[in-house]
Amino acid sequence: MTPTPLRPAQTADYLDLLESHAIFILREVAAECERPVLLFSGGKDSTVLLHLAMKAFTPQKLPFPVMHIDTGQNFPEVLEYRDQLTTSLGVRLIVARVQETIDQGKVVDPGPMGSRNRLQSVTLLHAITDNGFDAAFGGARRDEDKARAKERILSFRDNFGQWDPRQQRPELWQLYQGKVNPGEHLRAFPLSDWTELDIWQYIERERMELPSIYFAHERDVVLRDSMWLAVGPFVEPRANETVETRMVRFRTVGDANCTGAVDSRADTLTAIIAEVASANVSERGATRADDRFSETAMEDRKREGYF
Amino acid sequence: MRTATKDLLRLATIGSVDDGKSTLIGRILVDTRQLFDDQLDAVSAASEKRGVGDFDLSFVTDGLRAEREQGITIDVAYRYASTPKRKFIIADCPGHVQYTRNMATGASTADLALVVLDVAHGLKEQTRRHLCIAALLGVHAAIVVVNKMDGVNWSQTAFQRVVDEIETIARQLSFNEVSIIPASALYGDNVVEASPNATWYDGPTVLGALESSGAGTWTKTTHGARLPIQWVLRQDGGGRTYAGMVNGDSFFVGDTVTLMPAKVETTIRAISFGGVGRIEANVGLSIDLDLTDETDAGRGDLLATTPLPTVTKELTATICWFGETPLTVGQRLRLKHTTKVTPVRVSDITGVVDIETLRIDESSSLSTNEIGLAALQCADWLVVDDYRDNRVTGSFVLIDEVTNATVAAGMVGRAAFL
Repeated sequence: MTPTPLRPAQTADYLDLLESHAIFILREVAAECERPVLLFSGGKDSTVLLHLAMKAFTPQKLPFPVMHIDTGQNFPEVLEYRDQLTTSLGVRLIVARVQETIDQGKVVDPGPMGSRNRLQSVTLLHAITDNGFDAAFGGARRDEDKARAKERILSFRDNFGQWDPRQQRPELWQLYQGKVNPGEHLRAFPLSDWTELDIWQYIERERMELPSIYFAHERDVVLRDSMWLAVGPFVEPRANETVETRMVRFRTVGDANCTGAVDSRADTLTAIIAEVASANVSERGATRADDRFSETAMEDRKREGYF
Repeated sequence: MRTATKDLLRLATIGSVDDGKSTLIGRILVDTRQLFDDQLDAVSAASEKRGVGDFDLSFVTDGLRAEREQGITIDVAYRYASTPKRKFIIADCPGHVQYTRNMATGASTADLALVVLDVAHGLKEQTRRHLCIAALLGVHAAIVVVNKMDGVNWSQTAFQRVVDEIETIARQLSFNEVSIIPASALYGDNVVEASPNATWYDGPTVLGALESSGAGTWTKTTHGARLPIQWVLRQDGGGRTYAGMVNGDSFFVGDTVTLMPAKVETTIRAISFGGVGRIEANVGLSIDLDLTDETDAGRGDLLATTPLPTVTKELTATICWFGETPLTVGQRLRLKHTTKVTPVRVSDITGVVDIETLRIDESSSLSTNEIGLAALQCADWLVVDDYRDNRVTGSFVLIDEVTNATVAAGMVGRAAFL
C-alpha cells in the first residue's frame, strides 16, 4: 500500500504545547470541581505549576487557594521563598502543619531527627477533608518514578484517600472528567508529561525565580547513605561522620533530613540545564532517601494518599 | 545550550499479552541510553530478587508491585525519550483483554501504533482487537514488530507468513503507513541496532522507523478551526474573553467565527496566549479570544470557522464499552463531549463488531470490551464533527451516573471499514 504522508504542521514550540496542555488541565479541573486546591511546596515543580495557574486565569484572581504541607523540617530558604512568592502573587496560602497532626495525637512524633516524610500523607488527607477539597493539583511528573509513570493525569482517590493502581479510571483523549462523590477526591497532575529538563528550560524561558538552594553554594554537609546531607537543626553529625564544607546544590526540595545535595558548580539556570542534560543519576535517585525504603516505596506511599 | 524544537511523536504499544511489548520498550530505552544509572541498578536488583535473570527488560516500564509479581502489564506506563532526531512520548499498554480500557487510554492520544507480535503465534485475536481499536481511534500509522525471531532461527518463511496476515488486516482497517520489521526485543536485534542475523532483511530498525515515520502530533485537519470554550475570563475594565484549547485548524485575528450552538456570527478582535497578543492561534495552544460583538457565550459553547460543525441532540456513534455490566437500550448515562456534560439515554444499539471478520453482527447490547454502534439521545445540544474529521469534537466519553466511572469511549460516526 502507498503511505500517505501525515507530516505534522509545525505549530508551536514544544514548551508552548506542554504549557498549553497544563493550562487546559488547570481550567478543566477548576471548572468541573467544586473546591480545588493547589499543593505548593516551594520546589521547582510546584513553582512552575503555580506560574501556569496564574497564566491560566489572568487577569482574574486564582479561583482556588494554595496549600503547603509543612513538615516543620523544611529548609528556611524555601519557607522564606514560599511566603514572599505567595504574597507577591496575592494568592491565598493555607499551611497545614504536621506538628499539629502530632499534637492532636493522630500520628506518633518520630522525634526531632526522625523523618516526618510519611506523616505528611496523614496531614494532607486531614487538610483535604477539613477544607472540603474535592481536587488537589500536584506538580508530580511521570518521569520521576516508575509508579508515577503509571498514574492518570486526573487520579481518583477513594473515601480513605487511597490510590488503587489496579482500578484507575480510563482517561481517553483530553476528556478529563473530574466528578467525584462526597468524601472522595481527585489528584490532578498538569505536569505529567514534563521531564526534569523541560521544567528547567521552562523556568529559564519564563525567567522565574527559585529558592536559592537550587543554585550552587557553599554548605556544611555530612556523607550519609551516600548522599550529602546539610548539617543543621534536623541533621546532626553522627560520631563516625565528618563535617565538610563543599560546593553543592539541591536537585529536589524535600525535608532537610531526607533530601541530599549534589556536588555542583552550577550557579545559573544555563549551567543547571547543562548539568541536568548530562546527568547519569535520576533526580530522585540522587537526592531522596524517602524513595530508598523498598523497591516500590513510591507506590506504597501513594496508595496511602501521598502526593 | 537550548535544545532546538524537535518534532514530537506519541506512540502506543499494541498487541497481545506476552508477545514482548514491555520488553521492546525496555530495550529501546536501554539501547538509546534514556535510563539513568540508578534506574538500571534498580531494574537489576528487582530482577535478581524475583529470580528472573540479571536484567528483566520489562521491569523498566512494569513498575507496579503486582505487575512484577505476575509478570504482566496492568496499566499504561508513560515514558519519555529523546534522540537527536525526535522526541517521543511512549505509552506502554497492557495486552490482557480485561485491561482493554487501559490500552484504549494509551492509544487515544497516540499518533502511531507500535504493534508487537510473536512470530511463532502470528496475529492473535487480541492483537486484532487492539488493531481494530487503534484504527477506530484514528491511529493510521503502524510499525509492526515481528518479535522473537531468534526463536524461529530467523526464518524468512516464518516472517513472511506473518507479513501476509498483517498486510491483509492493515488494508481492511485502512492503515496508511505500515512498516513490518523482524526483530528480537530480548536480544536487541533490529531494535536500535541492525541485526547481523536477518541477512535477508534490509529495512529500517524499529528506532529508525520511529524516527522517520510520517505520523506526528497536532496534525491540522481541513475541517475548520474549533475552540470549545473552557472558561470565560473577565478582563480588567470590563469585557470578556473566551479561553480554551484550539483544535482542527488555526484561528487568525480578523477571522469570522460562529458561536455554536447559538449560530451567532462574530469576528476575532484579538488573540492572547499567556497574556501576550498574537495573530495566529495554532492547534494545541491554550489561548483566549476577544470577539468584536457582545455574545452570551459560556463554558460548553464552541467557536468555529467553516466548514461548521453539526448541532444535534441525537448522536450515531461507535462505542467501545468498558462497563462491567452490559450496555443496553434505554440505559441512562452522563456524556462528556469537549467542555460539555449532558445526560444521555441509549435509544438504540444497532450492532456489535465481530473482531475476527470485522463484520457487524446484530445485537441489542454491548458486553465489556465489545465495540458496537449505538444511537444516543442527549438532553442538551451538542456541537460535533465526525470523528474522522476531528478527534476532539468527534469524541466523547460515557460516565456512570452513580460511581462517576468512565465506562465508554465514543466516536461520532462510523469508520469506513465497519
